[in-house]
Amino acid sequence: MNNDLEKLKKQYECGSISRRRFLQQVAAVGGIGALHAMGVPGALSTARAAGPSMGGNIRIGVGSGSTTDSLDPATINSTFMQIVNYGLRNNLTEVAPNGELVPELCESWDASPDARIWTFKLRQGVEFHNGKTLDAKDVVASINHHRGEDSESSAKSILAPVTDVRADGKNTVVVELREGNADFPFLMSDYHIVIMPVTKDGLDVESGVGTGGYILQDFTPGTRTSMKRNPNYWKEGTAWFDAAEVLAIKDSTSRTNALATGEIDVMNRVQLSTASRIDGRSGMRIEETSGNQHVTMPMHTDKDPFSNNHVRLALKHAIDRQEVLDKVLNGHGYLGNDHPLGRANPFLADGLEQRTYDPDKAKHHLKKAGMDSLKVRLHTSDAAFQGAVDASVLFQQHAKRAGIDIDVKRASSDGYWSEVWLKEPFCVAYWGGRPTADWMFSAGYAADAAWNATNWKNERFNELMKSARAELDRPKRQEMYTEMQQLLKDEGGVIVPVFLNYVMGLQDKVQHGQMAANWDLDGLKCIERWWMA
Amino acid sequence: MGSIAKLVAQRLTLGLLILFIVSVFITFVIEFLPGDACQALMGQSAMADTLEACRQEMGLNRPPHLRYWDWISGMLTGDMGHSLANDRPIADLLANRTGNTFFLAGLAALVTVPLSIVLGMLAALFRNRGFDRSINVVTLTFISFPEFFVAYLLIYFLAVQAGWFPGISNISGSDISLWEWTYRTILPAATLTLVVTAHMMRMTRAAIVNVLASPYIETAELKGLGRWRVIARHAMPNALSPIINVVAINLAWLIVGVVVVETVFVYPGIGQLLVESMSKRDMPVVQAGSMIFAAVYVLLNLAADIIAIMTNPRLMHPR
Repeated sequence: MNNDLEKLKKQYECGSISRRRFLQQVAAVGGIGALHAMGVPGALSTARAAGPSMGGNIRIGVGSGSTTDSLDPATINSTFMQIVNYGLRNNLTEVAPNGELVPELCESWDASPDARIWTFKLRQGVEFHNGKTLDAKDVVASINHHRGEDSESSAKSILAPVTDVRADGKNTVVVELREGNADFPFLMSDYHIVIMPVTKDGLDVESGVGTGGYILQDFTPGTRTSMKRNPNYWKEGTAWFDAAEVLAIKDSTSRTNALATGEIDVMNRVQLSTASRIDGRSGMRIEETSGNQHVTMPMHTDKDPFSNNHVRLALKHAIDRQEVLDKVLNGHGYLGNDHPLGRANPFLADGLEQRTYDPDKAKHHLKKAGMDSLKVRLHTSDAAFQGAVDASVLFQQHAKRAGIDIDVKRASSDGYWSEVWLKEPFCVAYWGGRPTADWMFSAGYAADAAWNATNWKNERFNELMKSARAELDRPKRQEMYTEMQQLLKDEGGVIVPVFLNYVMGLQDKVQHGQMAANWDLDGLKCIERWWMA
Repeated sequence: MGSIAKLVAQRLTLGLLILFIVSVFITFVIEFLPGDACQALMGQSAMADTLEACRQEMGLNRPPHLRYWDWISGMLTGDMGHSLANDRPIADLLANRTGNTFFLAGLAALVTVPLSIVLGMLAALFRNRGFDRSINVVTLTFISFPEFFVAYLLIYFLAVQAGWFPGISNISGSDISLWEWTYRTILPAATLTLVVTAHMMRMTRAAIVNVLASPYIETAELKGLGRWRVIARHAMPNALSPIINVVAINLAWLIVGVVVVETVFVYPGIGQLLVESMSKRDMPVVQAGSMIFAAVYVLLNLAADIIAIMTNPRLMHPR
């Protein structure tokens, strides 16, 4: 930590970073207290945190949102709809800014010893925007909305192990699973599984009525959503703004213009190349969190030449991650270690050695695979992430030095996920990440995972996943998850070169507490958590 | 007058045929695109069984000609159908955005058409002199830049530096006044003005210069009429027909070709809707939007021809 601090201090003193940025970074390495000891003049003079206060309207410009959006949470998949959804509605549980799971619409939860039967005690006296009082029936219907044969919900797969959801009286919900899952309460914080009211026509999924801090005023898909504070909101110490407006501004230059001209107060997905320019302007600042979203390069482990683990290791050693981080992400991220768990994941193993660029080792592995040289084709597109094509070309140059010839094949953004991803044996992709280890592994790396992009079927890995899932003892779980990360790193089919920070631009008057890193914009809850100075 | 009615009837019938051909063409072009609405909607998170359920619900399992038949029979009875993606009625989706697009195009046209015609007349008046050259250089410069670049220039100088105008056109609030709406539309309208002026201005100039070589103009000049009067009263009426045509083409472009400007200014017009629906493979919305665009072209061209005939006595009263 002290090294980091020294480096930051030097950058600040020679003026290469602003005071604001300096403070953020110091806070990030946890060193505000150490600043006085190190004697950095002037840095702390205006760094006071004013308490939150009611009032103001927030306008948030996000780089997604489409004319095809709908308020039905089963179909939600863009940041635009996610923050709207969290503004209007609540879940049973919530991921707090420090990454811990806390109760939201439930007061507490309990598991049977095998982690198979979960009982949620609901918070009492919570009212929906339409005046209805929350009860167990609403919760049961809201969960069942994503289940069943003809469900089109993106949450269908995470609820697949659920065998029964039932109300036990007015204020208790019992969920039974096919097999134990210690993370089940975590799943209940997912943005799809929000609680909606049952009306006489069935579950009300389209109107936006929820128990959230804001009431929907106007919803124009792909353009704008406005809401006003719910005067009746049950959650203390949140929902500070009088009103909130979310605007879909897909073009990143337009988003930046809107922030610079004061048309919006917050923007997400700042263009990494211009982030420092925004930070330099008066009246606004850049903030970022290091979460779980990461770049992947999945190889089909059941197809030659990737079926040979030495080939995979050769490729893993043939990419200069640091250069990708510096040049493609302008430093707004951190290095990946060929497994998908990021810093916002509670089960990230901290003892794993960082894999580095080593052309000699790559050559060594090629030789072990019985090859002198290797020619592979890498499919890429900026649909995967901003800068994916640049990263692929960099990789091509790095791999040359290891005797690997990468043919970079650029695909169109349109249709990339349906035509290239999961279909081509080696491509560039992206994951938003998942809040828990089990969720991430079972979504993307288990033998029967819906999105097993590497077709990897490792017996030990799958055994561990099963036993860790039902294990309620935290240290034991950690041990198993650490082994699984090691397995992925050394035998898995994915290259994870870098993790991507969430980079946001804020007007100076917009304030917040500790920012959650699990998703963009403070865990997608900026509307209820932030306030105006 | 009877001949004009006949012409209108003929052209409208032809226009309907064109709309029909366009609709068939669009349907089958979309079929050739990779993926379908369900895959596009679910994107990276698509799974085999949710895809199947989604296709079932949207009716995408049925062959394209049956889906086309459903669509066109709905269309003929005035029912545009529902968006595949969010099940909203397409008429609602389009109504608002079509209004926005026409407002922007109208505002731009209100400035551009008189401006470029007057500039064209002035350029003809001072042809090959300093004014002519400089107005040509300026307008050609702006037509040569890509639209988004012109837009960024305006934003940089007028919004970011001077702070006179907003950097984006957020006009979708329900309680927005007409004045506020106009104010927030000025920058995109100005961009369009700069981009289309050259074409109309130069056509006006060329048409007038062409007429100026005629003997009757010489007569008028020999009679001692003022040069402006010769151009405005004598040359202009005979140069109108090509000018009207070029104005019609540009008006059509102001409505259908402004997707880039809409994107830069986040102006919720129909172009944006169409591009998004295309990338989401939302066939009914693309169809309905294309019909509007095609109809705009047909009607504006028809209007141009009729006005050209009405302003030309030789065509109006053929012997």
